Amino acid sequence: MLQDAAAIRLTGVAVRFGNYTAVQDVDIAVRAGEFVGLVGPTGCGKSTLLNVITGLAHPSAGLVEIFGRRLAGTNDKVGYMLQQDGLLPWKTTLDNVAMGLIFQGMKPRQARDRARPWLERVGLARFADRYPHQLSGGMKKRAALAQMLILSPPIVLMDEPFSALDLQTRHLMQNELLRLWQAQGMAVLFITHDLQEAITLSDSVVVMSAGPAGRPLARFPVELARPRDVTEVVLTEQYRRIYGEIWNVLRDEVRRSHARQD
Amino acid sequence: MRVRISVRLTRYAVLLGALGLWELGGRTGAIDPFFFPLPSSIVAQVAEWAATPRIYGDLAITLTETALGFVAGTALGVMLGLWLGLSPFASQVLEPFIKAFNAIPRIVLAPIFALWFGLGLASKVAIVVTLVFFMAFFNTYQGVRDVNPVVLANAKLLRARGGLLLRHVYLPSAAQWILSSLRASIGFAVTGAVVGEYLGSAAGIGHVIAQAEGSFDAVGVFAGLAVLGIFVLLLDAGISVVERRVIVWRPQQEHGGR
Repeated sequence: MLQDAAAIRLTGVAVRFGNYTAVQDVDIAVRAGEFVGLVGPTGCGKSTLLNVITGLAHPSAGLVEIFGRRLAGTNDKVGYMLQQDGLLPWKTTLDNVAMGLIFQGMKPRQARDRARPWLERVGLARFADRYPHQLSGGMKKRAALAQMLILSPPIVLMDEPFSALDLQTRHLMQNELLRLWQAQGMAVLFITHDLQEAITLSDSVVVMSAGPAGRPLARFPVELARPRDVTEVVLTEQYRRIYGEIWNVLRDEVRRSHARQD
Repeated sequence: MRVRISVRLTRYAVLLGALGLWELGGRTGAIDPFFFPLPSSIVAQVAEWAATPRIYGDLAITLTETALGFVAGTALGVMLGLWLGLSPFASQVLEPFIKAFNAIPRIVLAPIFALWFGLGLASKVAIVVTLVFFMAFFNTYQGVRDVNPVVLANAKLLRARGGLLLRHVYLPSAAQWILSSLRASIGFAVTGAVVGEYLGSAAGIGHVIAQAEGSFDAVGVFAGLAVLGIFVLLLDAGISVVERRVIVWRPQQEHGGR
């Protein structure tokens, strides 16, 4: 039973803040181990949806199920990576990565032993004793990834995690994320503005309509071979076809969103 | 480097120039050495004290009062600051009371404390506590409120709760505020101890100054002040060392630490 159930299933979810409807009629399912990209224009309520899945916000209507169970309270199956990294400035890289385990009640020494292989996995072994202000933007992202993944969450939510990075570093981090995802096999719901990022990373891409009252308009499977290199996969004919297909839908929503803002 | 040396040299020049003019003024009779004793006689007085054990006993008393009051006041202030920083309800309830207490000039409490706690150590410690407490309190409160919301949210997403959240997120965040308050409070602490001694006691630097004043010994008063100045400078240097030890994670502004 649990095997068949989706990692995340939203059914008819709506979120209202007073008179303002952020999202409505949201039906999204993410299978265990699946990588789903969520794209949409600014203000379509993408981040609101993530907050609903973490249990930080409550849906005004509809059902949130995590591995077949109705979500009550906060969701302990998710790791959540924000746009800005939340590394503790007063902890070294090693301690930052170990922090999740320490918060879980593990002894610091034991937690550090568990964190070391993770530093190696994200290529930060040589920077274990640095403080966040001594790390580059990409290194901080790596540390934040390890900090989240060390708790082995079966579900990972990411809210434009790489948008503040320069293009080259962003591509590096995307490849890094794919590598870790394939090793760990968690379900990922990845929010982005960037259609290219959504396609190159995901198994399928969900397009949201312009807000307010944003809702998923369509879901496109991305059948590009894995493992992928995000900088090379964009050169294929297949990628361009998928991009064109999705952009046809997304374009109108982006225009509508701009029209509303002017 | 060159700038630092010339700053230092200019500093000495200013100091020596001012003392020189003062000395010259006193010797030529332009200023009355009875009220403004010659720097040379002040130095001589300090040197004479330094050669006798008595002054060290007084210093030890003042240091004890300062240290006890400083530690107790800071601890109390930090605890209250943490509590009110984390509890909006408590902080709203207590805000007017804290403002009212803070508005009282604490030095005026010295005679009351002398009445309550006697002329010994306890009354001086009490004055120091009231002076230091509010500095530590306001800074801790601000530091807790000042926690970076992204860092806090992330720690909560990593499921940090209660005591662990306090220890790994709130306290380190408040630490830089608390430490900068220590720097300011150490001056207050010494002031409190010395004023307490000055108003009524049998020992301490404040007592030395009060005695000198009682016998119209201006040299003694100024020498007491000089000793006090050196004392505070040493304490301040001590705080700097502590600060550098505790906040190792902060980017270094000086010397371009990268």
